[in-house]
Amino acid sequence: MLADKDRIFRNLYGLHDPDLKGARARGAWDGTKAILEKGRDAIVEEVKKSGLRGRGGAGFPTGLKWSFMPKEIGDRAHYLVVNADESEPGTCKDREIMRHDPHLLVEGCLIASFAMGAHAAFIYVRGEYIREREALQRAVDEAYEAKLIGKDNVHGWDFDIVVTHGAGAYICGEETALLESLEGKKGQPRLKPPFPANMGLYGCPTTVNNVESIAVAPDIMRRGAAWFSSFGRPNNVGTKLFNISGHVNAPCTVEETMSIPFRELIEKHAGGVRGGWDNLLAMIPGGSSCPIVPAHQCDTAIMDFDGMRELKSSFGTAAVIVMDKSADVVRAITRISYFYKHESCGQCTPCREGMGWMWRVLERMSRGEAEKREIDMLLEVTTQIEGHTICAFADGAVWPVQGLIRHFRPEIERRIDEYSANPKPAEMMQAAE
Amino acid sequence: MAARRLAETQPESFAFTAENRAWAEREIGKFPPGRQASAVISLLWRAQEQEGWVTRPAIEAVAAMLDMPLIRVLEVATFYTMFHLEPVGSKAHIQVCGTTPCMLRGAGELTEICKKRIHRDPHHLSADGAFSWEEVECLGACVNAPMIQVSKDTYEDLTPAIFEKLLDAFARGETPPPGPQNGRQHSMPITGLTSLTEIEYAADDVAPKRPAAGAKG
Repeated sequence: MLADKDRIFRNLYGLHDPDLKGARARGAWDGTKAILEKGRDAIVEEVKKSGLRGRGGAGFPTGLKWSFMPKEIGDRAHYLVVNADESEPGTCKDREIMRHDPHLLVEGCLIASFAMGAHAAFIYVRGEYIREREALQRAVDEAYEAKLIGKDNVHGWDFDIVVTHGAGAYICGEETALLESLEGKKGQPRLKPPFPANMGLYGCPTTVNNVESIAVAPDIMRRGAAWFSSFGRPNNVGTKLFNISGHVNAPCTVEETMSIPFRELIEKHAGGVRGGWDNLLAMIPGGSSCPIVPAHQCDTAIMDFDGMRELKSSFGTAAVIVMDKSADVVRAITRISYFYKHESCGQCTPCREGMGWMWRVLERMSRGEAEKREIDMLLEVTTQIEGHTICAFADGAVWPVQGLIRHFRPEIERRIDEYSANPKPAEMMQAAE
Repeated sequence: MAARRLAETQPESFAFTAENRAWAEREIGKFPPGRQASAVISLLWRAQEQEGWVTRPAIEAVAAMLDMPLIRVLEVATFYTMFHLEPVGSKAHIQVCGTTPCMLRGAGELTEICKKRIHRDPHHLSADGAFSWEEVECLGACVNAPMIQVSKDTYEDLTPAIFEKLLDAFARGETPPPGPQNGRQHSMPITGLTSLTEIEYAADDVAPKRPAAGAKG
């Protein structure tokens, strides 16, 4: 278990002062100037060495991403864009950073922007996080007032932060959709290449990072790469915010070490599975797009990128959704499918049409009103959708369905048998959208 | 995708109040010259706060202010689902999170209450016009499920009984204190701290008292 002295987010629950004075007392903005004096390359190198992998779900090495920005600043400005469009069902970690430890994010923006030659950062907060945005804006205003950022600030690197927001579109968490939205358009992902590091916001070199990735950067620079990489297994290092929701006795958000066993995480912090460990049915490890992991694999499951990949799932954002045996697992995944149907941006046909199709089939299957051959057909269609769209949204939407069929096919078949033994007239289905 | 269209009945005109217009100018100024379109979401949002919903004249006014083709602003207004394209309840528009983490913890019971007390269907005003409701996709407070959002605030860790009481309070014109409704501290385990117990915090490092509800922002 992570020791308190190694925790980065010391005001996770809002028991303490989120403002500048409190943040400073807890170590924020300490020696920031000295960090910048190390120079761009040294910062990027340190973050690379720390082994920090992006906390937004994909787990791309953060330092490496920073190094993709052009070395020299040309005619075009460089930008840092912070993705605070936290919308993956199960995920609510960045919320705690923005409302309770916002100065870590503001300081991280300065350090990351300096390392990439950016004089401006945009923080794009999801529309629903209104109080969180207000808290973040308060911290930004304080930082301006204290000359920590802004023109002629004490750090000697002119730097502006603009806090802006969306208005309820999950897809804007996809980095190029976010950039489109930031430019005042519909959030529809762009084709890559060109990649944002080349052509991002307003056609300028841009790096998009998750809130947590940026907020841990100051502590990595202060305490050193070796400290950060001492937690967790190689390739999966650092501390991490976990969200534990669903059927546990005490749902919570907690900072823990990477590679913590699933069972330890649940029992130490979330009061255990409702009704005891043996009452566990399954869990979704990292937000709705991660395939479900059945109970028998949970005994030894390790919560990190490699641990979840071994189980054919994904670590995602470390947002664990727990289901006990009272859960209707087919309905739970059907609801996730509905979510993706609702949130598809509509740009690519396989996604726009496929999301609704999958949901309608699953809706019938959850009642048993289906034929068994349709299970294979559904699986086949998911593979037709996967990889055939501009962005990874559709991939993330079919994985939970594939996971359901992989682990709970007998449950779907049981429902079909049960229904066909005693069929009821079909309800009217909603038309295609 | 969600099919969203403008309301059939629209008001004659729209104008930002002087205060909101000044705010909008500042907002536009945050972005580089020529990139004023970046402010479109915040301006539509402010228009919604002023009028209660996004009207066609408001969309036209924002397009003119930002020098954007009308169709581009129409696209934005219909794409982003937090823009209400028709009037919502005068006292409260209840957004019930229905996505899986909330569903597992009983969001379905909350929507049933909405159907019973407000209107059978979402996006419809109650008989007295005071309430409306909708089921929304993940609001990002999953460890405090089930939860609802009303205007700027979230009401978390709900039960059907607590939710009914909240609705009563809104009906009386009150704004109940937001946050977890079962006495817990934000996202901390309800059983108490499992971490952050061994840090020595400065004596004055305590959470400030801020008016949480009804504050202007």
